[in-house]
Amino acid sequence: MYRYDTLDKEFLADRSAEFRHQVARRLAGELTEDQFKPLRLKNGLYLQLHAYMLRIAIPYGTLDVRQLRQLAHIARTYDKGYGHFTTRTNLQLHWIKLRDMPAILDALAEVDLHAMQTSGDCVRNVTADPRAGATAEEVDDPRVWAEVIRQFTTLHPEFSYLPRKFKIAVTASPHDRTAAKTHDVGLALKRGRDGVLGFEVMVGGGLGRTPYIGQTIREHLPVDRVLSYLQAILRVYNRYGRRDNKNKARIKILVAQMGAEAFGREVEAEWALIDGAKVDLPDTELARVRAFFAASFEALPAVSAAFEAARAADPALARFARNNVHPHKAPGYAIVDVSLKTVGETPGDCSAEQMETIADLAERYSMGEVRVTHEQNLVLPHVKLDDLAAVHAGLKAAGLASANINLVSDIIACPGLDYCALANARAIPIAQDIARRFADPDFAERIGELKIKISGCINACGHHHVGHIGILGVDKKGEEFYQLTLGGSGAEDAEVGKILGPALPAERVAGAIDDLVAVYLRERRDGERFLDTYRRTGLQPFKEAIYAEAH
Amino acid sequence: MPKLIRLIGDEFVAADDRFTTVADDAPAPKGDVIISLTRFQADGEALFADGRDIGVRVEAGESVDALAYDLPRLSVVALVFPTFRDGRAYSSAALLRERYGFKGEVRAVGDVWREQARFMLRCGFDAFEPNDGSTPEAWAQASRDFRYVYQRAADALEPIYVEREANHGL
Repeated sequence: MYRYDTLDKEFLADRSAEFRHQVARRLAGELTEDQFKPLRLKNGLYLQLHAYMLRIAIPYGTLDVRQLRQLAHIARTYDKGYGHFTTRTNLQLHWIKLRDMPAILDALAEVDLHAMQTSGDCVRNVTADPRAGATAEEVDDPRVWAEVIRQFTTLHPEFSYLPRKFKIAVTASPHDRTAAKTHDVGLALKRGRDGVLGFEVMVGGGLGRTPYIGQTIREHLPVDRVLSYLQAILRVYNRYGRRDNKNKARIKILVAQMGAEAFGREVEAEWALIDGAKVDLPDTELARVRAFFAASFEALPAVSAAFEAARAADPALARFARNNVHPHKAPGYAIVDVSLKTVGETPGDCSAEQMETIADLAERYSMGEVRVTHEQNLVLPHVKLDDLAAVHAGLKAAGLASANINLVSDIIACPGLDYCALANARAIPIAQDIARRFADPDFAERIGELKIKISGCINACGHHHVGHIGILGVDKKGEEFYQLTLGGSGAEDAEVGKILGPALPAERVAGAIDDLVAVYLRERRDGERFLDTYRRTGLQPFKEAIYAEAH
Repeated sequence: MPKLIRLIGDEFVAADDRFTTVADDAPAPKGDVIISLTRFQADGEALFADGRDIGVRVEAGESVDALAYDLPRLSVVALVFPTFRDGRAYSSAALLRERYGFKGEVRAVGDVWREQARFMLRCGFDAFEPNDGSTPEAWAQASRDFRYVYQRAADALEPIYVEREANHGL
């Protein structure tokens, strides 16, 4: 993992001091709330329905043990004893007091964490594949590049007042676990035919009220030129992105209006004029950053007799292994997904005690590392097969052993009307209803991969556009209704879902999911996921099942 | 009190503004003037003929590229921040300094606060018309708030990794 040295720590201390000064000026009445708002947003502090919400940055979703323990401590001391992991792999605390902010920032800085640029119209937390450094699929470690981009974009003087927020994802595997194509910029590391490493640069993806899938403007950018290329993209966007209407200010609108090809030409022209030597990093610095992510694994046999015996004896462990355990690049190791989607709980929520349990398990069994996924789960990236039974038992004791990764109850949901001032409808209770309805784990496994994503309003924080089944909360004359979309995907086969039909009242949603699943089970052919069946059959059979009785 | 703050060397000083900002429909007074880009393109030659110094005011939506060939004879380019949140002028300033090598004054006008001081300095601004009542001292303080930067910009600061190498070299 990247480690802050004295200079990085002093930078963070300067930022804390600056914000403390701004809070003092606000409390003294020298700044109006209007003036203070953009300043607090750049420090991750939102004013929500009931209280301030603090969004803490977790750079590319990577945490070490002491950081996770400190987050538990902060959640317990300054909030209600839990936190909420988000689709940007950040942690939100929903019940913060303004007067506690300086102390919280100090506590975060103690473990090299902060809340910089988790909000506001700037470059947000950079995300990367949660299996980075652990999966054999990747062509390079995306964390190296995510860290380099994080540093480059931190308090960038030219790009701190962009037309709108700006999100970057870095992936290095053919299986995209970052939703790169729904980002303002998605960077996919690939090797060219000559073996040289480069980035496929995708621009203009995004969800919100007008969803777009990112388009490739460069197939193979030399990796060491990525910062100057990003500078060119950001400069074109900063200069020409719309600022007259907040809803049309994202880069996706600019790309859509210009056309990806014309936008790409503009970027290339700008890039050609940038002095790369000033912006791009020298190999020595890239090597310095890279060294932080090197890990060495023990030489182990590829099969663990202890694990095989335990799995044969314990069906719950066997189920956990089928759904939550994934191959590791090193023989004898595995990647373990920790589901934050326990039936009946709020997706993404994690109590302070649970954070501590996970930290303990990571310390003992996962080389001290934890990852956060954009699907609001956690990952123990480096677990020995020999230790899987112990990890499972530890998770189970903390209520964290749900074996439902990628299954119907592994739902993304935004906080919705329970917390958020923007929401039209609740999202969490809908997720809980569905999870309860599919609580039978055998049935859920029989259904297989099914990604349900729920947003409480058109801003689409719950990524409903790219859910295999998407659910969007809408307000109809003061009542909560839900519009269903089918066929979305946020992965490498990214697509925006299609609207199924008129919105349904809350009490009909879980039943409708049941009906959609029944159609899928009836129609599916060998090995098809829900998404594959939908792509083959189209909307019609699903539509009939939901709306037939209305006619 | 003069409303203009200038960066001279490392010092932030309150300065009298020798330029008069002239509206498009107003007659040009004697002396040095700041006029809009539109007016400069229409009347620039005539105004230069009077032997005065000229500055051009560039709105956020206007492109400094249009001034490229005139820059050597301009004294001031005033870049407008229509609101604190509109960041286009940062790119304009960076282009003036880095791409077009403009050596004259780059002035921040409009919704200008001390909170932006560091970003403005880094993008090449060296004169400021704050509208939050902030003093040269406040600007000097803001310019010192951070010991390090993570990237190169239009100023002379070296990024943190260069500092780090220098430190380790000791």
